[in-house]
Amino acid sequence: MSTPLLEVDDLSVRFTRQGQEPFTAVDKVTFNVAPGEVVGLVGESGCGKSVTSLAIMRLLARRGNQVTGSVRFAGTELLTLPDAAMRDKRGAELAMIFQDPLSSLNPVVPIGVQVSEVITRHRGENRAVAARQAAEMLDKVGIPDPTRRLKEYPHQLSGGMRQRALIAMALACEPRLLIADEPTTALDVTIQAQILALLTDLVEQSGTALIMITHDLGVVAGLCDGVNVLYGGRIVERAKRHPLFAEPRHPYTGGLLGSIPRLDGDRDARLFPIRGSVADNIPWDHACAFAPRCHQEGEKCRTVAPDLLPDEEARTDGGLRLLRCHYPLTAADRQRIEEGRA
Amino acid sequence: MTDSPRRPMPGTPSHKKARLDALASTAAPSGSSGGSAGGGVATAVSDAGRVASGEGVSLWMSAWRRLRRDWVFLFGAAIVVLFIVLAVVAPLIAPHDPATRVLIDQVNRQTNPVPGPQPGHPLGADYQGRDVLSRLMVGARQTLLVGVLATLGGLLGGMTLGTLAGAFGGWVDSVVMRVVDVLLSIPSLLMAFSIAAMFRSPSQWTVILAIAIVQVPVFARLLRGSMLAQRHSDHVLAARALGVRKGPIVFRHMLPNAMGPVIVQATLVLATAIIDAAALSFLGLGNPDDRSPEWGQMLGNAQPYFDSHPHLAVYPALCIIVVALGFTLVGESLRESLDPKSRR
Amino acid sequence: MSRYIVRRLLQAIVTLFVLSLLLFAWLRSLPGGPVSALLGERSTPEDRAALEQALGLDQPIFIQYLRFLERAAQGQFGVSTGVLPGRDALEIFLSRFPATIELSFFALTLAILLGIPLGYLAARHRGTFLDTGSVLFSLVGIAVPVFFLAFALKYVFAIQLGVLPPSGRQSVGINATHITGMYVLDGLLTREWDAAWDALRHLILPAVALSSIPFAVILRITRASVLEVLDEDYVRTAQAKGLRAATIRGRHVLRNALIPVVTTIGLQTGALLAGAVLTERVFTFRGVGHALAYGFETRDYAVLQVLIMMAALIYILVNMVVDIAYAAIDPRVRVR
Repeated sequence: MSTPLLEVDDLSVRFTRQGQEPFTAVDKVTFNVAPGEVVGLVGESGCGKSVTSLAIMRLLARRGNQVTGSVRFAGTELLTLPDAAMRDKRGAELAMIFQDPLSSLNPVVPIGVQVSEVITRHRGENRAVAARQAAEMLDKVGIPDPTRRLKEYPHQLSGGMRQRALIAMALACEPRLLIADEPTTALDVTIQAQILALLTDLVEQSGTALIMITHDLGVVAGLCDGVNVLYGGRIVERAKRHPLFAEPRHPYTGGLLGSIPRLDGDRDARLFPIRGSVADNIPWDHACAFAPRCHQEGEKCRTVAPDLLPDEEARTDGGLRLLRCHYPLTAADRQRIEEGRA
Repeated sequence: MTDSPRRPMPGTPSHKKARLDALASTAAPSGSSGGSAGGGVATAVSDAGRVASGEGVSLWMSAWRRLRRDWVFLFGAAIVVLFIVLAVVAPLIAPHDPATRVLIDQVNRQTNPVPGPQPGHPLGADYQGRDVLSRLMVGARQTLLVGVLATLGGLLGGMTLGTLAGAFGGWVDSVVMRVVDVLLSIPSLLMAFSIAAMFRSPSQWTVILAIAIVQVPVFARLLRGSMLAQRHSDHVLAARALGVRKGPIVFRHMLPNAMGPVIVQATLVLATAIIDAAALSFLGLGNPDDRSPEWGQMLGNAQPYFDSHPHLAVYPALCIIVVALGFTLVGESLRESLDPKSRR
Repeated sequence: MSRYIVRRLLQAIVTLFVLSLLLFAWLRSLPGGPVSALLGERSTPEDRAALEQALGLDQPIFIQYLRFLERAAQGQFGVSTGVLPGRDALEIFLSRFPATIELSFFALTLAILLGIPLGYLAARHRGTFLDTGSVLFSLVGIAVPVFFLAFALKYVFAIQLGVLPPSGRQSVGINATHITGMYVLDGLLTREWDAAWDALRHLILPAVALSSIPFAVILRITRASVLEVLDEDYVRTAQAKGLRAATIRGRHVLRNALIPVVTTIGLQTGALLAGAVLTERVFTFRGVGHALAYGFETRDYAVLQVLIMMAALIYILVNMVVDIAYAAIDPRVRVR
């Protein structure tokens, strides 16, 4: 790919809340997004994926959150940008959509105003023009009868329509980067597929780059070019989509894949879930945070923190992969898991 | 999160009602009714920060852990403790008897109605020559008594009504709660005045009764609300599924869990009870017998001397303000620490 | 929307019905029964007999209640025995009402103008000195007995400094025409500027004292409400859209945060009525509260009856209006 649109370098976020131990939610995360590329950030809740996206958008409260590292967008450093300049970029060049469409929409302001306010803000259009463009935008995201919908309030729309309205707001000014934070989690399964299809269409049409944040590998499989798997605030594995699914190397990635029930498998097949929960994390300092939950745990896992290194043993072809693991999954391990399921 | 309990419910929006309902909803353990189950990014973020805090800690333990470091609570609690200690030991350490007119010789209606400070009487004497410092100290006891009895009365009445309504359900519930809502909608102080005015000869007991009755609907709604909040909570459903009968469920499972909000409300009511007692005295609806002093009564009785000898009113007023503030601070910080929503 | 208004009206009627029952019960349980209570101690046997007849005391209880309603509807509440002996009770209320409206209006305006901005600022700067300071200030404001605050203000500003008048509604020497009974408004309407100014000076201290509790309550509700709204997802959406700070504050934060505040303001009219009893008494400000205070003191039940009923009525009406205003701001209410 050509020069990156977004370069995230050593991004760290520390929560320093009163009366609580400081907690590193995001730990030296580094990744790039090329123009038009779709990148996935995958992990369980609490792995730092949402915090990463909020840090990129500079939407974390200044109090209680310490953000370090670098986020460059089209060559401009965002983390040190003055607030006013950052506000000019948000909504115009970088946009974001959130998980829960109902709570993400202002309940007492009509949809039309909520869409057109982005247009008036960044394009300087007057209200009438902005309202017309808002209607066009609603039409584009597949909301029927857009002119009438403009006057309606969020509670009058269905869940899928609300998420469409949010997408309309985010894409109204044709941003170069869209961050979608679990955009389908709160929706019905049938609606999920529609929204994903819509997102794919729109970013393809407009050449918008997309960061897809999700815990759902199904979403990744259908959408993403590259995938970053996060655990305990650190990237534990990075690969292109196909190699990752064909040959998961980190036990956590393997576990995520093993947790998905498969239709083509045997009906008696057991799921291979990851044991424990995020609460079992141990700090990364002198260990692998995933060790307590890992099936592959070895003697180094509790004493030496693994680094994120190029994975040379991976066999599937597909460019550079990165991996943070002392004892990555081998073909034999995967075989064992498969057999365990059978 | 759109229907947060703190927002007044549409249709019957009432600040008092909404506040009580919000407080009531903190009753169910582990916030099964309060917190947002949606798990939006905001909650995910705060969850991430709380990973270490563990889950097995009880509501009271975690509340206490927060309170221990909360200087607002500690300050309020210090005032309350001091006040209670004073109320207990005052008659033993007060330099004079509060009812004896030790300086009556100095009182002259025209030239010297209120004897000033002098050796042995650092705050002077009142219009009957009684030592003000001693009266203030001993007054703590009566003030505490009025506050506690009025609050307890309101609590008992409210508990009876609330439990009855909750237990019988149906039309009993509707009628009781409708009346409670109307009572809540009457300005409480005005209602206290009206009730106190019903008695031909006011006494300490009519004051307590008037204030207590005003608090009955408050506690009734609070208990009713927290029972409702718990009716659908998991532990009550579990008990019912196990075939536990209604009575034991109410008394063993629901009432104890409602204790948190009730204690919070009682602390806040104690403060208002003391202030309201003063207002009743001010309007001549208080206890006319001032041999055993009470701060509100002292303040009310000082009004003819306010322009000439303001200190007679200022001392009891300051005592009331400090103690009321103490109870309010304790109540507010308790409420915040018990509210699952405010834990961030 | 119209369905909502109708439903709200029906609710108000139910509330009124319950209230009338309570008031009836109150009147029945007064010392010596309603007749001695209403007529006072120095009543002639003929008067007593006439009133007993009018109240229908020999009839069954529900007839008595209907009589009570009938008399209330006709404005027959009896004659004052203590506040202004011999005057008709309803007349006393009507003559005093404008003064209390004027005072309450100023007090509430003051409370709103100070409480909302301060509450907003406290929430925006959560945990700072400004926040802790204003919350503590409002808590102290609630802990101070209203009449003591009134006395303290009067002592400092009227007696010691002498910058403001200590009592009354207008100086004796002022030659003022009264149209509405609200003296500041009257002065403005008749262009008697000195009269308006004089009336305003008389209003300042009572209004400040009376505003203390509504101010404290409005401040704390605004703060809590803004804090809650600031945490809402839609505020983050607005930020993600790169909107200007003023747009976020006005359209997204305040418009939502003020919804509970509006309701609170309506409910504060109740606290104002109770506070007016104490404040008007301290400043000898001859309004409804002043009459109520003396009514309680002299056990003038005829006057008390009218004033309590009217206070409750006004309170219910105000809250109904506020509820309807609430529905106008919050589209979600209308649908349900």
